[in-house]
Order: sequence, then C-alpha cells, then structure tokens
Amino acid sequence: MTHLQHLRPFLRQTPFHDHIAPLVHSGAWIRWLGYMTPDRFESVQSEYFAIRNGASLYDISPLVKYRITGRDAARFMDHLLTRDMGKVAPGRVCYTAWCDDDGKVIEEGTVFRLGENDFVLNAALHQLHWLLDTAYGFEVQIEEISDALCGLSLQGPTSREILATLGVVGIDRLPHFSLIETTLDGRWLRIDRAGFTGDLGYELWVKPTDAGWLWDGLMRAGEQRMIAPIGSAALNLARIEAGFIQIDNDYIGALHTIRPSQRQSPFELGIGWAVSLGKPAHFVGRRALKREKESASSRHILVGIDIEGRKPAQGQFLYADEAGSQEIGHTASGIWSPTLKKNIAFARVPPAYASLGTELWIEIWYPKEHKIEKIMTRCRVVKRMFLDWPRRTA
Amino acid sequence: MSAANRYDAAIVGGGHNGLTAAAYLAQAGLRVVVLEAGRQAGGAAATHEFAPGYRVSSVAHLLYALHPRIVRDLDLVRFGLSFCARDLPTRLWPDAGPTIDVHRDRIEDPAGRLSPADRERWAPTLARLTRLASALGRYLTATPPRPEFSANDRQTKIALAMFALALRRLGRKDMLELTRIIGMNANDLANDFFDSAPLKGLIALDSTLGVALGPRSPNTVIGLLFRLAALDSHGQGGLHLPAGGMGRVTAALEACARAADAEIRLAAPVARILVRDDRASGVVLESGEEIATRIVVSSADPQRTLLGLLGPEHLDTVFVRRIRGLRMNGAAAKVHLALDGLPEAWRDLPGRMVVAPDSDYVERAYDSVKYGAVSERPALEIVIPSLSDPSLAPPGGHVASIVAQYAPYKLRGSTPDEARARLRANVLAVLAERAPDLTARLRAVEVLTPHDLESRYLMTGGQWHHGEITLDHLFMLRPVGGYQQYRMPVSGLWLCGAGAHPGGHVSGLPGANAAREILKRRREWEAAT
Repeated sequence: MTHLQHLRPFLRQTPFHDHIAPLVHSGAWIRWLGYMTPDRFESVQSEYFAIRNGASLYDISPLVKYRITGRDAARFMDHLLTRDMGKVAPGRVCYTAWCDDDGKVIEEGTVFRLGENDFVLNAALHQLHWLLDTAYGFEVQIEEISDALCGLSLQGPTSREILATLGVVGIDRLPHFSLIETTLDGRWLRIDRAGFTGDLGYELWVKPTDAGWLWDGLMRAGEQRMIAPIGSAALNLARIEAGFIQIDNDYIGALHTIRPSQRQSPFELGIGWAVSLGKPAHFVGRRALKREKESASSRHILVGIDIEGRKPAQGQFLYADEAGSQEIGHTASGIWSPTLKKNIAFARVPPAYASLGTELWIEIWYPKEHKIEKIMTRCRVVKRMFLDWPRRTA
Repeated sequence: MSAANRYDAAIVGGGHNGLTAAAYLAQAGLRVVVLEAGRQAGGAAATHEFAPGYRVSSVAHLLYALHPRIVRDLDLVRFGLSFCARDLPTRLWPDAGPTIDVHRDRIEDPAGRLSPADRERWAPTLARLTRLASALGRYLTATPPRPEFSANDRQTKIALAMFALALRRLGRKDMLELTRIIGMNANDLANDFFDSAPLKGLIALDSTLGVALGPRSPNTVIGLLFRLAALDSHGQGGLHLPAGGMGRVTAALEACARAADAEIRLAAPVARILVRDDRASGVVLESGEEIATRIVVSSADPQRTLLGLLGPEHLDTVFVRRIRGLRMNGAAAKVHLALDGLPEAWRDLPGRMVVAPDSDYVERAYDSVKYGAVSERPALEIVIPSLSDPSLAPPGGHVASIVAQYAPYKLRGSTPDEARARLRANVLAVLAERAPDLTARLRAVEVLTPHDLESRYLMTGGQWHHGEITLDHLFMLRPVGGYQQYRMPVSGLWLCGAGAHPGGHVSGLPGANAAREILKRRREWEAAT
C-alpha cells in the first residue's frame, strides 16, 4: 500500500522523547528536522518565565552536527566561515555565519573548537553537500555526528547552580563561549556555555544512551531551582528579546531561496560584526562582502524596533511617514516582550533608516474577533539585542 | 608600483595563445615574461621529431582557425608564417574500394559511390552551413558580454550589437535554420542533409574532433559550426598545412613576441601562482625561483590554472565546483607514422584523408568512451604533411599524422600503457585493411594518448580544446558563467588560453581577446599594484 505510506508515522523521536512525551500536556508537537518536538508543554507563559526567572530545559538534539577533523581542519574552517578562527582557541565556542560565493548567508550558528584541528559545527539545516564542496583541496574529514550526540539546553539564572548541584566541577569558572568535557557518574559529558536566550545558560551534550540519566539528573538537581522543560514557542520569545535571528523566520538560507534577490548578506542581517574581512585567509564570499562594504551597497539592515502599543507586529509594513506614503520595509519576527513589557520586532529597513533612534511608522493589521483591523503606529529603531543580562557573560 | 617587479605580466605557458597574448601585451609596452615548461616554445602547437629524421606537428596538424586579424596585427608572415599547402580537399576512405575527394565547391566521385543528389547538394549545403557559422564567427574576436547589458563596457556593447545585426542579416530563413540546428547532434544533421554514408561519416567526424562526444550526442553541430566559421572569413579560409609543421606557426608568434621585447623563458615550469593581499602577484617556478609581477596571465587550462597553480583555498565554493565540473575527458589521440615510402593508397593524396565510413561507424567508435576503453575500430583523420613539405622526413620517407578517435582519458580496467598499445594495434589494423602495403613501410610509430598529451603538454585530461566545445561551455559560459571576460576572481589573474572564449583550435583568439581586456583595464590594475 505504497500510496498510504505517508499515513504511517515517520517522525523520529529524540533520545529524550520518553521523558518529554508524558509532559506534553498540550499535545502541541511540531516537526523539527524530521524529529517530533514540543511547541509547548502546557503554558508558553510559564515556560518563558522559567527561562527568565529559573531554569529551562530544551531538547536540542535535532540540530545537525558535523565534526570536522584532519590536517587542514583549522584552515578549512577559516575558509568556510566568516569569523577569524585564528582568534578562537581550542576549548572555545563562537557564533559565525557561512556564505555562498556572493556573500549571502547560507546559515549562521555555533562552532565548537575542540582542538587545534578538531571542530564541531552545529547547523539548523543539512549542509553536508556544501561542506564537502567547500572542502575540495583541503585535507579534512567531515562527518555528520548528529545521531552520536544528543543535547539539552539549560538556560536561565539558576542554571549554573543546577549544574553545580549535579556535580559538575568547575562550572562556576567556565567563561561565556567556552566548553569543557567532563565525566560524571562515569558518563561522558560536554558542556558549553552558550545558548539562544540571551541569558546565563549552558548546552549539555551526552551520548544518546545517557539521555535519560542527564534528563533525570537535571530535573532532580533543578527541582528546588524552578526548572521547567520548555518548548519552541517559549524559546522563540526569549531569542527575539535577545536579538537572535532564526533561519526561515528572519531570513531564508542562500541555498534555499527561490529568488536570488531574497538572499541576505551578513551585513544586511545585522551580523556584520561576525564577518572578519581582515583575517589572513580567504573565505567563501569574502570578495563579494568586501565589495558590499566598500561600496556601501547593503540593500537593508535587519534592526530592532520598539513599537508603541501592544499589537504584535510580525510581517507588517514599515513607512517613513504617518501618512504611509513611503513604504520602506517590513518586519520579520515580532512579539510582545513579557519581560520588557514592550512591543518589539526585527525590521528590515534601508541603511538610511537603520541608525538608532530613527523614528518610523508601522501599519499593523490584527484580527479582532473575525474582524481585521489596522493601526498606524509609531516605532523607533533600537538595539536589536533588546534584552541583555549582565549574567549572560558574567 | 613596486620597483622590485621586473615584469608587468607573467604569462603561464608558451603555447600559441600564451605567445599571442605576450606579443600583444609586449607591443603595448608591457614588460612581459613568458614561462614555458617545455624545452621549446609552442606548447602543444609544436613540431617534434618522433623518429630520427621524422618530424611532425605534435597535436593540431592543420591550420585553419588562426584568425586573419592576428596574422595581420602581429605581422606573422614577416615572422616566418608560411604554408606549404592550402585549402586541402578531403579524401573519404570508407574502405579498400575507390575513394571520394570532397572539395568545398565540388565532389569528385568517379566510382559513383555517393548518390547523385548528394554530389549536387554538397556545395550549396556546405555554403549555407558556413554562412550560418560565419554569423556566429563574428563573435570570436569579441569579449563575451555580461548578461546585464548595462554592466558591459562600450566596446562589448558594440560587439554585441554587431553580433545581433549579423544574425539579423542572415534573414529569417537562415536565422530559423540556425536556431533549429545549433543544439542538434551531428548524426541528425547528416541524415537531414545527405543520404550517402561516407558523407555522413565525414560530418560525424568533423563535428566530434577533439571532444568526448559521439555524432549522436547533442551539442555536436555547434562543434561543426565552430570549425566552419574558420573556413570562411573568421579563420584561414581553408585547411592549410603550415610549412615546417605547427611549430612554425608558434615560432612566428615567438619571434614576434621577442621582437616586441617579451622575454621567453623555456624549461621554466610554473609551480604556483603567488597571491599577496588577494592579488595574483607573481609565480613560483618549479625550481623555486620567485618571479614577482603585477599581473599573471595563464594560458594553461582553467582546471590547471585555478585548482592547481592557484589553489581552491583562494576561491569560492560554487566557482570551484563549476571549474571542477568542466569536462576534461580528452578522447582523441595522435598517431604518428614514420614511413620509408608511401603505400599505394596514399601516393596521390591531395590533402587530408578521413576514415569514417558512416555516422554509425563513428558512433560505435564513441561507444567505447562510455566504457572507458579505446575504440576497436577508430575513426581517423590522416594528413601526410611530408607530401608538401619534404623537409619533415628523410629523403624518400614520409610522415603520417593521424588523429584517432576515440581514446578516452578516463579508462576503466586498463592502464594508459595498455590503452596506448591497444590503440596502436587498432589504428594499424584499420589502416592495413585499406592499405595492406603500409605495414612493410613502417619505420616507427608514435602514439600520444590523452594521458601522454596531459603529461607532455600539461593539459588536464589531455583535452586539447582545454574544455569541450559545447553550448554549455561556450561564449558567456566559457570557462564558466560570470567569468567570461578573462578576469578570474582573484584580482590580477587572467586566463588567456583555450579554456577561455572563444575556445580551442589554433586560433590565437583567446590570447588576443585576453590581451585586449588586460590593456583595457590597464589603468585599474596599474593603480592597484
């Protein structure tokens, strides 16, 4: 019955599934890279506040993970990525983008430098073909290790204490964007201090067979410290507050756009700081990015805006004037920020409108009991990292 | 400009395109050094001695594509270019029976082996094809445009407009005919125009010379048109034999370049192109010597230049993928025979001779390419240059220069040495069937398979057009889209070999076109270095 093939369950379950599934009271499962993961367990609000006021546990196992080793691994990573790998020491983590020939972002994510020539690259989409193509001429081995590792993101102000309680020695000395490997209860554990929430937080990686041990251990250690498992919806609120862009929400990867013009450069995505045009090595897209920078030809910049009122403004048009006579762009992600009590969004605007404090107008269409209404309201360009706790890096 | 640079331009490779570029650049006042790996200039366009007293054109043996503008600009006749035979007819040699002599304007077929209709329509058909090819030929001397019209300079815009006009002037019927046939395969074209097998065989072979395609492969008519353009005003107007072999042509280019004060260094193989601050800033020879220059102009094929001498670490991913994707599976071999006298069949040979009894014969020969083996019964293009230039052989002796198809570079289940021996036997067998007295006359045989061409002349895959002559790699797409204007992604690095527009054959045009673009942007690169 091949025509019924699609009716059979085919989504994969992460190694944490047995621990997560009984808690998904909402039944709100979503599909993430072929895995079933919860959008929310029960209440987005309470999960969100666990991130900000306690600790949150988020299953990041579906992320695609590549291990890059070999004699030329460091040279290759410098060739692939926009950041200068010479400045990322072994044991460090960094956020970076990688681009196509035209300097348009294929993806951005975190890279872990385990050793001189030993890296793990986390990707939100499958990128093996691009990595292998780019590796031509370099002596590297690129292996997808997605199934060999599973991970939990432990984020929130109490996360450090939870890890200390769990028995991780030296966790209080682990600097931001660093990683350690350790053994606990005889089990291998990699911890990096990074995350997607703009808060103090860690990511923990174990072998899939140790998933249950990690989950139970963290839940136990976090019981007195407001730990709560969270789904993607709560994380989405936190990452927008922290100004983190997300592929497919805020931009489409350069290899996936239908229209070439929809590809975005790192400068246009507001992550130009992650482009090291001056690093010694050539990297893919560098010449195009250099031209873009030198000729100031970025078409727009993804900035943060603070909007008056409280109508969430995802995917709305922006204008230069209240009359709406000059359309200048539109918003990508947009939410009501529960912590800031502000209406915030990412906005794609021409560089001339991108400096802090610029006043813009936004037309927000919103539903009101089967009626669509619209308002024209004022907004202001602000730092896209709307919320930045000192404890994130302290 | 840094005072340390003794040269403005280093030219990688001293073949006909490298020398042409060198001559033009040196005449414009640039300080040029040509770095040739071989012990004589000329690269693959050379004459070499393959047996004591026997000399032959190493790869290409007929001159037709050398553009008249280059001959004029560089005054090549003064520098020694001369022909010992012009406008050679083609003798079809389908079997041991009577042969057929094909001239451009008539067919001599005393035995009546072709249909009367074919004999009649040959000349007008060839004339029409040549007219269509000529319209395309207008673009050979121009730089391919960028797709956004406004992104082109004035000269390129004018060339494009002239090209459009030339196509327009073909008239509606011919323009339609050109669009009908341009993507076609040679077999369909031959069947469409002719009904006699030997004539179809000729079309099949002429369309596929030097490419790893059979007459039924799409994209083969473009190869034929490309050749035909040279048989009109966009080349020498016929198949000529240069006196002294192809080496004489490059010797003229070399003399011209030297006369303009270009320095030509022989036995100086380039190991690496130097990159400093993202600019090609010179070359390193295999001897370790570094030569700093302001620009580097490479006549080596695109794969060798970009992936080998430059290195993928200086390039972007998609570009590298495209360059890697160039089809470099050389499939034609050269076979050279040293003879102490001519066999009966070659006694009164007026020109070149073709063994391609019909299109299917060529197609079957091509089948073996797919399976990584040499053809059991190869198709042959034979020239006896010593008939018109006795200096090429000892008194009474003769040399036969043969292009044999197919002998693929990509072999399956045999070594290059086995393939060479096999091809030798197969070629001699095909010849012996037609000229049984040949074997007794043989003094020496040299076989150059694509592997030999690669190691001798440093052309990747032994592909002597530096990439196939097909629509997907011509014009704006040669070597790859976006880089058709001779400038490579690394500033200061230029391509001037057959891998660049307009492509293969001994035309000199890639070299001349590249030189024009380099000079056009002279102020730009002079300011940057």
